[in-house]
Amino acid sequence: MTDLESFRTETRAWLEANCPPEMRLPVKGDEDMCWGGRNFTFQNAAQKQWLDIMAERGWTVPDWPKDYGGGGLSAAQAKVLRQEMAKLKCRLPLSSFGIWMLGPALLHFGTEEQKRQYLPPIARGEIRWCQGYSEPGSGSDLVSLQTYCEDRGDHWNVNGQKVWTSYADKADWIFCLVRTDKNDKYRGISFLLFDMETPGVSTRPIKLISGKSPFCETFFDNVKVPKHQIVGEVNRGWDVAKYLLGHEREMISGGGVSLDMPSIGAAYADIAALDPILRAQMAEFDIETMAFRAMSEKFMDEMKAGKGHPAQPNMMKYAGTELNKRRHELIMAASGSDGLEWESEASGEGKKPRDWLRTKANSIEGGTSEIMLNVVAKRILELPGG
Amino acid sequence: MPLYHNDEQQMLADSAHEFMKSEAPVTHLREFRDKKCKDGFSHALWKQFGEMGFNGILVAEEDGGLGMGHYEAGIILEEIGRNLSPSPFLTTAVAGVEALNASSADMRSRYLPGILAGDTVLALAIDEQAKHRPEAIAMEAQRSGNGFRLNGQKQFVIHGASADMIIVAARTQNGLTLFAVEKDMKGMDVEAVRLVDSAVAAHVRFDNVELNADAVIGEVDQGGAVLDRLLRAGRIGSAAETVGVGAGAMDITVRYLKERKQFGKAIGEFQGLQHRAAHLYSEIEIARAVVMKAQQLCDEGSTHADMMVSAAKAKAARAANLSVREGVQMHGGVGMTDEYDIGLYMKRDRTLAEFFGDANYHSNRVAQMNGY
Repeated sequence: MTDLESFRTETRAWLEANCPPEMRLPVKGDEDMCWGGRNFTFQNAAQKQWLDIMAERGWTVPDWPKDYGGGGLSAAQAKVLRQEMAKLKCRLPLSSFGIWMLGPALLHFGTEEQKRQYLPPIARGEIRWCQGYSEPGSGSDLVSLQTYCEDRGDHWNVNGQKVWTSYADKADWIFCLVRTDKNDKYRGISFLLFDMETPGVSTRPIKLISGKSPFCETFFDNVKVPKHQIVGEVNRGWDVAKYLLGHEREMISGGGVSLDMPSIGAAYADIAALDPILRAQMAEFDIETMAFRAMSEKFMDEMKAGKGHPAQPNMMKYAGTELNKRRHELIMAASGSDGLEWESEASGEGKKPRDWLRTKANSIEGGTSEIMLNVVAKRILELPGG
Repeated sequence: MPLYHNDEQQMLADSAHEFMKSEAPVTHLREFRDKKCKDGFSHALWKQFGEMGFNGILVAEEDGGLGMGHYEAGIILEEIGRNLSPSPFLTTAVAGVEALNASSADMRSRYLPGILAGDTVLALAIDEQAKHRPEAIAMEAQRSGNGFRLNGQKQFVIHGASADMIIVAARTQNGLTLFAVEKDMKGMDVEAVRLVDSAVAAHVRFDNVELNADAVIGEVDQGGAVLDRLLRAGRIGSAAETVGVGAGAMDITVRYLKERKQFGKAIGEFQGLQHRAAHLYSEIEIARAVVMKAQQLCDEGSTHADMMVSAAKAKAARAANLSVREGVQMHGGVGMTDEYDIGLYMKRDRTLAEFFGDANYHSNRVAQMNGY
């Protein structure tokens, strides 16, 4: 037996013995996931137990180095762990922007002190992070951001406003893009970290068409930040941001989340029998799902091996989000008038229509589909112009 | 197994790429089309395929082959697709060999050496109507003495007129049986027809064609499983070739977008075209990924292989079709001319779309396998 095969056998046995049954039930939505953080309320004892026991092995972040709270697994071992978790339907023990976004940026750009200070609490689910990128006047043109960060000698002083900050009202800390030089668009941005409890920080949830409020407006009014809480060099935060956007795009495209999308036609077989045209659309969609899953696997394999085009995450983000929107259009079509119920017990207080509406943001947040296509055209196809 | 080439596969890909580019590029197809070659491909090129070892990819090592898999066969087929190289590789060395792999040692020794050498050409007589419906095969083979008597007709038999042997699927008393039918058998009428992409297919009529018992591939009445194996290889193989066609069409189109100037700039600077080109890139990448995944599942003998193969055939067909349609449109007027290659890609795509079942056929199959 090869080392990898014995790792697989041991991992499966360990997961079977240690993953609580409640943590093998399908995740219903964001509310159902473990996000960690100072103010997080666990759904049940099993959720906490699963987080703690996985964190102890470093398996909330299996491929991070052990020194920073990770599992120290090789790419191949991490893949085996993902596969075995998928087979046993184990939930992710912890979901967080710290794992998906800040962590990779710190591992790449952070100082040794920063890695030791910030990464282990992310791995253990103790600190929940949010991301401060977009501003009211800076959406697709993110680099025009204006939140100003002034050097006051012994500290930074931050003033401005962010928008679309996911779960800012629930997060403990923020990683934030701020302007440190008003005269240089690209080389005037820095990447700053600070506690959301710092005086001068306030948040206001934004109510969406789904009726939910996963995003906030975040305001900074003379927020004092210690000088060492900057990642990378002053004025070179755009490099960090670009690196991190790659990870965000992977995440939204499905690279960082479960790809468990079973056959939509099988789920609505009775409707498929009733409506042959919808049946055909569902069959085509099932094929798209299988194909995108294969693409995700290929993409992850190539990333881990350092192959693949560096702009490929943009393609993945585009394809993954457009696919998810199409999925929810089909669910709504298959659900008919049942899918219109917004406030009823039977509908889970409108889960389907709310989820459907939520997916419309997929191709806007983290870079619109149009921006993704621009990047693919220019960086991968090397088409000329602007 | 990761979804990218290992070192050995990369070497195969590099050598196939160089080989097709130098020996069978699009100019080679034009040459054979323009001289109205009756077979539609070069027998000298087929010999070279043999010398390169390509023909042995799916042949077991004990039969003199390389004992590789569908993944490796797909590497060759993608390059064939990219260069529109006319060859009997798919019918002979992929689908045909897979059927022979399920046959007796005697039959394997009868045909495999000639295939390995690039001498023997096989054709497949499956379809009986304009659409691929192998589950509806009506042609019958009746017991006759020690052997069988074939009656019926087949169509879309690619290379049927130049093949040394045609694999014929027919109904027997208790199921399907596959037969190895040698060329020029008495009672066989082979009518060659040139197709839109310059390939030559045949309508084959069987009028009391007498076969010996040793013409049976595998076992009598057990041909369904052999046919499944042949079709699986043909489907995933044609999907790989289709990805090559789509990728080749995309590459020449993107090149054209950078060269062609209107309104004082390269047309590739216009966002209206950039977005469509980027979307096309995404579709071709995804199609290639699902084809590779299906090849791996076939090679692993996975129970999910058939569903993934149908998904791959359908996705490849849709992506490549988008590629050739966008290709002609983005070329503008010159896309309609015979001088430019993009139209040749459109023609090959159309033929491959029908070969081994179109996207609708395979979508329906996926739905059925998913229980709806």
